Amino acid sequence: MHPGLRLEQVAAGYRQHRVERRIVDDVDAFAPAGQVTALLGPNGAGKSTLIRSLVGLQPLLAGSVTLTGADGRGSDLLQLSPRERARRTAVVLTERVEAGLLTGREVVELGRHPYLGLLGRLTNHDRQLIAGVLADLQATDLAGQRFAELSDGQRQRLLLARALVSEPELLVLDEPSAFLDVGARVDLLALLGRIARDRRITVLLSTHEVELALRMVDRLWLIHDHRVSTGAPAQLVDDGRIGRVFGTRHAHFDAPSGTFRVRT
Amino acid sequence: MVTARAATVTDELTSAVRPRLARSVATLILLFLAALLALGVGAAVGSVTIDWHDLVSYLISGRAHDPTTTVLLGEIRMPRVITAGAVGAGLAIAGLLMQTLFANPLADPYILGVSSGASLGVALITLGTGTLTGGFVSMVGGMRIGVVVAAAIGSAAVLLLILVIGRWVRSVVTLLIIGVMLSSAVGAITSLLLAFADPDRLQRFVMWGLGSYGGVTRSDLAVLLPLIIGAVALSGLLARSLNAMLLGELYARSMGVRSGVVRAVAMVLTAVIAGTVTAYCGPIAFLGMAVPHLARLVIGTSDHRVLMPATILMGVIASSVCSVLAQLPGDDAVLPINVTSALVGAPVVIMVLLRSRRLAGAV
Repeated sequence: MHPGLRLEQVAAGYRQHRVERRIVDDVDAFAPAGQVTALLGPNGAGKSTLIRSLVGLQPLLAGSVTLTGADGRGSDLLQLSPRERARRTAVVLTERVEAGLLTGREVVELGRHPYLGLLGRLTNHDRQLIAGVLADLQATDLAGQRFAELSDGQRQRLLLARALVSEPELLVLDEPSAFLDVGARVDLLALLGRIARDRRITVLLSTHEVELALRMVDRLWLIHDHRVSTGAPAQLVDDGRIGRVFGTRHAHFDAPSGTFRVRT
Repeated sequence: MVTARAATVTDELTSAVRPRLARSVATLILLFLAALLALGVGAAVGSVTIDWHDLVSYLISGRAHDPTTTVLLGEIRMPRVITAGAVGAGLAIAGLLMQTLFANPLADPYILGVSSGASLGVALITLGTGTLTGGFVSMVGGMRIGVVVAAAIGSAAVLLLILVIGRWVRSVVTLLIIGVMLSSAVGAITSLLLAFADPDRLQRFVMWGLGSYGGVTRSDLAVLLPLIIGAVALSGLLARSLNAMLLGELYARSMGVRSGVVRAVAMVLTAVIAGTVTAYCGPIAFLGMAVPHLARLVIGTSDHRVLMPATILMGVIASSVCSVLAQLPGDDAVLPINVTSALVGAPVVIMVLLRSRRLAGAV
């Protein structure tokens, strides 16, 4: 098996009073390790729902989610114990994190949670790992400050560091660029690309930044009409799928330039 | 190259981490000494002031210089001081549990309606003259134990209800609102009983509601202490999970925290503490909400591994101070705990929060 994240016959949505409401259905998709995969789709298409369902934060309605490690052994993510799953996957969510009076470092240290004993004592290995990740993300200076007092971009970097110190095989980010400036969004995607390659891990992120994703990620999962289709960015542009899904009455997708234009 | 960088990074790290830990330990030691002092003052002050020689000799040998003081200390002061300490520690920890669980700085041990359940129980037994409760009242109504049992049953009933409802509710915010609603509804039944109550009986209920550490006897302590100490000790097991919960429930779950279990355990522990306290001392308001804030300001972090001990010690201090202030010097009269805790405590907490605005209002 190829290392990466494989979805088979997945359905995600909500179950209320025993009635299922499937928001995305029949999903067969693959996100390879060492690459960045972006989940694209119009607002309300179910990007967050799908992403949360994959990592066990909300019940999957059907199908299986298999994470295959570098050793080629696959395991069904949702059959793992919460602790084991927490060791193999890490998330960065959209919701705002308050974190009380914790410092940046204390937030990042929480990433070691699935490995620690009852007292939560960090070993030297843990500390070195944390220091290494902080240095890698140029977040060492932020570590001493209170998390609540940092800017959105700085928080984002620390939350990413928190995710990485758990040494995940799968890193999932839900709208990670939502609160960032344009420049910071480009930086973030570049950083994620480097992380995926250097650490040989699978990176899956949801975004509604279509133009940026087309230019900067390796692979796309596109949600439309409750289904997911996948492919390389160029492929989805060429066969017109991007234009069909995101074009509106006033905006049309210009394939050669990879940008949206106002209809004239 | 890489190892060299890692080494310098580690050096920076230890230099950054050690002082923080050392400062926390120093703060905890100071708080511990302050707590001992507060308990000591609590034992010394009252209708008769006992000097510290007597107190020390009682603590060492079990008897003071004269028999009267020995009896006074053994039967009145010690139970009161121990009750004050245990209640303070318990309510403070319960308040912290609720504030972290609900990510809400206004949460307190009674937020889920446990005290209104206890109040209803006590109201039924002290005010009840109807046929339903009449028999029970005539049987045990005259005794204190009746009040204790009624309060315990009342709070347990509300706890059970909220646990059952909690199984269907995913969001903690919804659960919080349901708790508040339940509390209001149960409170309304109590008000209904009050409206039709005989004034003499009303007096007893009102006195209970004002809160007091004075009524707890040595034999009461045999029940109260193990329950509160046990619940406080068990809450320590939640420390790491509660830290993860600071990032929000979803993040906590993504880190492998079984949030449903943590939620249920925290709620049961809180209800045991709040129910026990309410049964023996009446609903002691304020401490549970205020003390965690003071503890956070003193210790300067939300890391529960340090914050929990700090909250326990701060609870002992605050509760003992309130108990001392409730003793009118040279007089047998004792003010209700809820009077001193709110009258003295509220301005203190407001002042502290305003002065350190940077840390204020966090969970």
